[in-house]
This record gives sequence, C-alpha cells and structure tokens, in this order.
Amino acid sequence: MSPVMAVARRELRSYFVTPVAYVFLVIFLVLAGILTFYAGDFYDRGQADLQPFFVMHPWLYLLLAPAVSMRMWAEEAKGGTLELLLSLPMTLAQAMLGKFLAAWFFMGIGLVLTFPIWMTVNYLGSPDNGVIVAGYLGSWLMAGSFLAIGACLSALTQSQVVAFILTMVVCFLLLLAGQPQVLDFLQGSVPRRLLNGVAHLSLLRHFEAIARGVLDVRDVLYFVLCIASWLTAGVLVLDLKRTP
Amino acid sequence: MIETEQLTRRYGTLTAVDALSFRAEPGQVLGLLGPNGAGKSTVMRMIAGFLRPSAGTARVCGHDVRKESLKAKRALGYLPEGAPSYGELTVREFLNFIVRSRGLSADLGYRRFEDVVGHLQLEEVLDTCIETLSKGLRRRVGLAQAIVHNPPVLMLDEPTDGLDPNQKHAVRQLIDTMARERTILISTHLLEEVHALCNRVVIIADGRLLADATPAELEARSRYHGAVSFSAPGSGVSQEMLGRLPQVASIEVDPLDGRITVFPRPGERILEPVESLLRQQGLEVSEIQLERGRLDEVFRQITTGKAKPETAREDHA
Repeated sequence: MSPVMAVARRELRSYFVTPVAYVFLVIFLVLAGILTFYAGDFYDRGQADLQPFFVMHPWLYLLLAPAVSMRMWAEEAKGGTLELLLSLPMTLAQAMLGKFLAAWFFMGIGLVLTFPIWMTVNYLGSPDNGVIVAGYLGSWLMAGSFLAIGACLSALTQSQVVAFILTMVVCFLLLLAGQPQVLDFLQGSVPRRLLNGVAHLSLLRHFEAIARGVLDVRDVLYFVLCIASWLTAGVLVLDLKRTP
Repeated sequence: MIETEQLTRRYGTLTAVDALSFRAEPGQVLGLLGPNGAGKSTVMRMIAGFLRPSAGTARVCGHDVRKESLKAKRALGYLPEGAPSYGELTVREFLNFIVRSRGLSADLGYRRFEDVVGHLQLEEVLDTCIETLSKGLRRRVGLAQAIVHNPPVLMLDEPTDGLDPNQKHAVRQLIDTMARERTILISTHLLEEVHALCNRVVIIADGRLLADATPAELEARSRYHGAVSFSAPGSGVSQEMLGRLPQVASIEVDPLDGRITVFPRPGERILEPVESLLRQQGLEVSEIQLERGRLDEVFRQITTGKAKPETAREDHA
C-alpha cells in the first residue's frame, strides 16, 4: 500500500475512534438542516431545487472545516508523532496528501449523509437532479479548498486553537474577496487590474456558479488549483520548519 | 552503518551540534552520551531525516540523508525520545500503519508483524488503545515500530528513560538480542546503561565531540582506575604505613563509613602490596576491592571540562 493511503487510513481511523467524527457529523447535519429550512426559506420559495441548501454551505464550512483541519499537523507537532511520521520513508507531499484526502473524504461522508434533503425535494417536486449533482460537487470542491487552507495553516503552529482561528480568518477573507462591500472598499486604493484579480479570487463567486448548476471548467479548475497550491504551501511550511 | 561527517545544526546563533563526526559499525552498540541539552536528540533527528543539517551530513548504510533520504529512512529504525505514538489507536492499528507506510508487501508485512509482536510480547495488548498502556509497554510498542521492517540500523533516543528497573532490564535485554547483526545507536545520560549495553561510547557536550572510546578506555581515565578500597572496621589502619608504600600516590578515607581508598601512582599496581601490608600488620579487613574506575567521574570530568584526571590525582597527593 502506498504511504499516501496508509496515512489517509490512519487519519480516518483517528477521526472515528475519537468523538471528533460523530460530533462533527451531527453538528454538520443539524446545522445544514436548520439553515436550509429556516434561514433559506426552503418551503416558502415554492421551488423544487436545493439552492437554499447549497447557498448556506460556505458559511457552514467556514465554521466546521477549520475544526476538521486544525488538528492535522498541529496535533502531530504537539504530540511528538511528527518526528515519527517524518522518519518514515515517505515524502512530505505524500504525508500531506494522505492527511488531506482523509479529511476531504470525511467531509464527503458528511455531504452524502445529507441525502434526505435530496429525497425530500424529489418527493415534493421534480427538481433538475443534474443541477443538484453539480451543486454537491461544487460544495465538495469548496470543502476541499477550506481543508487545504486549514492543512497549510495547521502546519504553521503547534496550537490547534491558533490553527482554527487562522484558518477561519483566511477562509472568511477568501469568501468575502468578491463581495461588493470589499471591492468598494478597495476601489480607488488599488489598481483596477488588481481589483479584478481580487474579485476572481473569491471562493463564493466560483461556488455560486457551480451551485446554480453551471459546471464551468474554469470554476472547477479554480478549486483544484486552490487545493493544490495551499497543499503545496503547506508542504513548504513543513519543509521550512525542519530546515535551519 | 551510521556515519556522520562534520554534522552541524544551528538554531539562529546557537550551535546545537558542532561539526560532529563519528561512525558506528555493524555489530556495534554505540552509546551517544552527554548531559541534558548536549545535542544528542538533535544529532539523532538529523540522522532520522526529521531535521536538516546546517552543514555536513550523515549516512545510513551509505545513503546520504540529504540526497537519498528515502533510502536512508528505509534502512533505519528509529525510536524518538519518549516513544511517541498515536494514543487513540490500538497497538495493532498502530503497527499496521507503520507496516503500510513502510511499504512492506502484505505477506511480508504480516510475517514481520507477527514476528515483532511475539518478540516484544505484545500479544495480550494488541487490541488495547496505546494511551491506556503503561510507560513500559508503550516503550515496547515504540521499539516494535522501530524494528518492524527489520532494519540493519537502529537508533534509539533514550530508550529506557523513565522506566522502572525491571522495565529497564527488559528493554536492555531486547537491545542486546538485537545487537548482533545490526548497527545500534543509543542516546542516554544514564551511565549504568553504558556498562549494560554499549561497546563504544561517544561523549558530546554543547554539541561537540569530547570523547570516542570504549567503556573500558573511559574507565581507565578515572583516577579510581586501579585504586584499592577496603573496609577495616574497628581497627586503626595506619594510613602512614600505607602512604609509605612506593606505589601509592594518595589515600582517602570516606568520612561516612570509614572506607579507605588507596590510589596508585601512574602505571603502578597496588592490590598486592596493599594486601600483603595489611596481612603483615595482622589487620582484619572485611572486604577489599580493586576499582575499575568510575564512569560518572570521568563523565563529569569530560563534560564539564574542569578537573583533568592527572591534576585531580595530584590534588589528593
């Protein structure tokens, strides 16, 4: 078995033998339900789609993804197992990928467990299930981006609390990057090109397009690149920490 | 084989390990000795590939840790200080993780797993969470993790630290049985360990190499080496008479138990002269001992750099 899979398996095992996994899943599912039905006006809209469900995901992930990713490296550094892990014959990239895949897969489980809402909407009306699949895919990609950010920031510190807060702040900034308030604030002080760049960095913008059912290659690529670059940055952080 | 070449590690302006070169051959148990904070763990971490050297390098079985780090790691079994492991896992899950990460085939992995579990007597705790195990058992799990891939080179950072005497004995026996065909590097600050385990010793302090010798050679540096000590309760042994022997350099009396230690002049043997003198005087001696030398004293001399053995001897003359 490749070291990547070995690490991923061990991580998943650690999620499920501690209460982390169950606490996370329960809170995720309860919040997803509440937000969809109360804040999202699921019934009153009178439309058979999962738009109000997906729209809430960025905010849900903002709270929960950092909670999953914070322990990734911080715990290993604190507990001394990092030394053990890094003396095993695998590259930093393999270890990072293994950990990330485990977390991503885990959040995928959370998403799959929201299937009752999909059944509900199919019972109530006849939604476009293609759009819903695209929405799930976009949501999962966004979760991956949050986790990759968290993986990188967790490598920075031994403290899980610090990792949590840092991740939340960075994710929040990336979510808001494309909002009119932010762009208005920046307008005038930064060049127009840069402003465009900032707007395109927004996670929310790319996610909303996918959630509407428009599966644009550029949006998918954005998330894939986001994941890859944050994971790479995380590997660099780890590497930097062991270099004098 | 482990080889370090001018191995150096700096943290900012602090030099934790300073151009350290030594070598450990197969069949050897090399003790890396030094006071706390001497840089022992840093040396091991660099050899294990956890830290990168600032300068110089180390080789494990000829594989440079800087250029062929994966090959070096494959040849090495490493027990980090305190034997860290994933406490929430069971022993079985943990060892399986190590087997898989080391890329052993399922078949070989299974055989090695069984082997190691039997060897370290972990059968009964296989399905117990590691965090609920005693310190000694956790150490055994750490050792199992280090040898599960049957590495030619083994590196153990303070393997018996914090264990009770029975557990220490058990771990030492294990190391002893593993020593035959392997290269083993052990770090410790316990001098008894050196006697019990090592056939060569490297002493470092402040990151610098201060001695590289066999335990016997180190003992020979002690001012107690070749000294004779005895207890003669209730008799006024004449120190003057002993002092008149040509081979004797000095005499010390322990103020607590009255034990008398007679130090020889350099290169002299004094057991026989002292014994015959005592016999001549018709003195009752309850027990007499020829000292091999005291490692703790040599260790102190070397690492604090204060009293040299020769000057120490003169002080007491």
